[in-house]
Amino acid sequence: MFTPHTDGERQEMLKAIGKKNVAELFNVIPEAFRFPEIELPDSLSEMEALQQFSEWAEANNACGDMSCFLGAGAYHHYIPAAVDFLLHRGDFFTAYTPYQPEISQGTLQAIFEFQSLIINLTGMEVANASHYDGATAAAEACVSAYHHFRGTRSKFVLSPLLNPQYRETVRTYFGLLEDAQIVEPENSDSDSLSALIDDQTALVMVQYPDFLGNIMDWSSLTRTAHEKGALVAVCANPIALGMLKPPAEFGADFVLGEGQPLGIPMSFGGPYLGFFAARKELVRKISGRIVGETVDKDGRRGYVLTLTAREQHIRREKATSNICSNQGLMALAATIYMSLLGKSGLRKVAELCYQKAHYAADLIKRIKGYRLVNDHPFFHEFVIECPTAVSAINEHLLEHGIIGGLDLEKHYPSMKNCMLIAVTEMNSKAEIETFAEILAEVAHD
Amino acid sequence: MTEPTIYELSSAGRKGFTFAEPDVPAFPLPDEFIRKDLPLPELSELDVVRHFTHLSQKNYSIDSGFYPLGSCTMKYNPRINEVVARLNGFAQVHPLQPIETVQGSLVVMYMLQEALKEISGFPAISLQPAAGAHGELVGVLIMRAYHLSHGDAKRKKILLPDSAHGTNPASSSMAGFEAVHLPSDARGNVDLAKLKELCDDTIAGLMLTNPNTLGLFDEHVLEVIDIVHKAGGLVYGDGANLNALLGITRPGDLGFDILHINLHKTFSTPHGGGGPGSGPLAVAEHLADFLPDPLVDIIDPGDEETPPLYGFIHPKKSIGRIKSFHGHFGIIVRALTYILMQGAEGLRDVSEMAVLNANYLMALLKGSYHLPYDRDCMHEFVLEGVWPEAPDIHALDVAKRLMDYGLHPPTNYFPLIVNEALMIEPTESESKQTLDYFADAMRKIAKEAHEQPELLHEAPHATPVGRLDEVKAAKDLVLCCWRPEE
Repeated sequence: MFTPHTDGERQEMLKAIGKKNVAELFNVIPEAFRFPEIELPDSLSEMEALQQFSEWAEANNACGDMSCFLGAGAYHHYIPAAVDFLLHRGDFFTAYTPYQPEISQGTLQAIFEFQSLIINLTGMEVANASHYDGATAAAEACVSAYHHFRGTRSKFVLSPLLNPQYRETVRTYFGLLEDAQIVEPENSDSDSLSALIDDQTALVMVQYPDFLGNIMDWSSLTRTAHEKGALVAVCANPIALGMLKPPAEFGADFVLGEGQPLGIPMSFGGPYLGFFAARKELVRKISGRIVGETVDKDGRRGYVLTLTAREQHIRREKATSNICSNQGLMALAATIYMSLLGKSGLRKVAELCYQKAHYAADLIKRIKGYRLVNDHPFFHEFVIECPTAVSAINEHLLEHGIIGGLDLEKHYPSMKNCMLIAVTEMNSKAEIETFAEILAEVAHD
Repeated sequence: MTEPTIYELSSAGRKGFTFAEPDVPAFPLPDEFIRKDLPLPELSELDVVRHFTHLSQKNYSIDSGFYPLGSCTMKYNPRINEVVARLNGFAQVHPLQPIETVQGSLVVMYMLQEALKEISGFPAISLQPAAGAHGELVGVLIMRAYHLSHGDAKRKKILLPDSAHGTNPASSSMAGFEAVHLPSDARGNVDLAKLKELCDDTIAGLMLTNPNTLGLFDEHVLEVIDIVHKAGGLVYGDGANLNALLGITRPGDLGFDILHINLHKTFSTPHGGGGPGSGPLAVAEHLADFLPDPLVDIIDPGDEETPPLYGFIHPKKSIGRIKSFHGHFGIIVRALTYILMQGAEGLRDVSEMAVLNANYLMALLKGSYHLPYDRDCMHEFVLEGVWPEAPDIHALDVAKRLMDYGLHPPTNYFPLIVNEALMIEPTESESKQTLDYFADAMRKIAKEAHEQPELLHEAPHATPVGRLDEVKAAKDLVLCCWRPEE
């Protein structure tokens, strides 16, 4: 399927290369291992394939058909219709990496605009074309810091309220490097983290809002880190930045995060979008592709991949990272999303999330047996201590078509019966009230 | 025509999208954390649609023409893949939902694991890596973990043939290895004598791209693998060029220990202008316990009345998590669609026609361009874009001139072992007519190179912009269209 060759054309082509049959082209393969039997199901026509995959899709309980209060790194947001229509243009999605700029100006300008939007959203000075997701962007921040200090500082302090999956990813990336030390303290407050920074510390990473939804001011942590010569990375939620102070105001050196909320479907976990911004002085230390503006020989404005001397295809084993394919199409989705929502729309969706989350928290904390754990301002996620096991509550919620929040005990053993609840613009007032009613029922059972 | 940026198109007060007013009572905002300004553009929906339509028109793509980029496998991206990936039941699923509610997604992942194991000849696989280079990183981390698990800490070198895929050196050094370069022999194979000399108890393994970036299948592959194994090393296969081998041979059968697979090359998922890719990693039995966390498996076989229950399992000595959640599901579902539509016979036809197309093009072009390794190729081949009689012309000029013929250039200046390399991979998607047109254009350009070299030097002539000043871009470093005044 999808090969256009007619029998006649095959014969003509074989004749041109002087072969009797196609099999002769493979004489170089050791005979004992040539043309193995491959056992796969019988091939499907397009109609049959669509039918089969539709059955599998229907075997899922999609968030669109339920009420979803689950977040923890992936969020259910509305995606404007124009986003996917534009992504569907074959000129975007069937193009390769823009290595030939004269015939890739569309992709290059779109990445340049993506960088510009991320720079303005985070308040930073430079941004790259993307990483695979938030977790690998976090790992790459550590890699950049490691290169920045050329191995003279190799201690990384990770806030315990940085997404647990991100911390795990950093550990995997660095776990086998003998000189790297990953420190994950129990306490997440600014003073506790500051106390761990010493002359060996390369980077401190915190989350904003943190994994439990808290909005914290990281200015004093950043001051301490800088006094001791260390860098600070802030992992941020891009929708929250629609209303919250950009991390640049705290003095962050790197701002990174998961771009999925910006117009990318949840798709069971990927493909998503790692965004990554930095201070200008660090631009040569960061990894990933970067697009810069320039002119052609007639003075016309154009865009090219720039600072490629950092990258694997030029610098080989001395590159800042091995990243090659990244998340081009997802960065385009985020660019279109941010362009559509713009200044007023992104602020609006952030406030909707905030208001609805606070309405939900307010309702739930009044139910006997439930307690709101957060004692700081929070954005669109918060922690509720429940009267019984979160798993049991979630089972009950599911029976009523509600996907409950994350069971935090799995990641934080001391947080027994604690549920991390996410609320976005997708959750209506009625849905939130039903959610609260069912929680009340469970408490009385 | 120059397309304005979204900031240049912006008009204060304009809106492109409106949300309903909140249906809940207002709670006070945390004033001390509220930003003063959100410097994003202000556009209408039509402004946005037109702008991105204009941008798309400045791109070359598979949909618009032939894209013979060596080692990139720019094959046709079937539209049904896009329809399937966007089915509501797949697109609107949260990755942390209870497994009982995501059986459809899990069965898709399980089916793809099984299909890729069968195609590649390996008993275990993880779908987690996000791209080819990410798969490589995971592969070398597994190599390191494997040796350390045997108390062997001194294996810190990885052998990299000079015909290997470009990301290998950076992947090795990210995992803390020293990259050791291994030369090729005159026929484009690994130099066996040099390999034997380098193989000792400090070698963690060899990363072999086979077919390599010359498009050649190593004539001594079994011997190469044996030499590395006897020295206690592991053999990593870079699957970037797997499109030549579907149903032809299985790297697992040949003795490779590890292989990454590029779903965005071999299995027809779109390149998206630079991703998302997906780079599943397959391993032999002795490495299965080291795979990244988690994998999909049947956790309850069920019975006559209950279907099997799919869920996640955690390999015993896993190197750990390497990204968020469970891999690029949206890409996984596209690749499985392609594989199930092809079946075993269809996949073999894919590789056969990819290899036939490459050999046919090579035969058409080797009279006009120097072919440094003149033997049957697999799915790609490498020419030199330079002639002794036209010393001012370089591969880059040939590449740029091809654009004037409505064609995308081949990969140029890679592999590094060929002078002025033009690496050509036609893929199985292209018809004889397209190949003939390309060969004709290439021959005309060879002639122009000798007779009208200025045509090539100044090319391209018919594109939205001409050759761009890359030095200025790196020197001035303008990375953002607009920022508010301080």
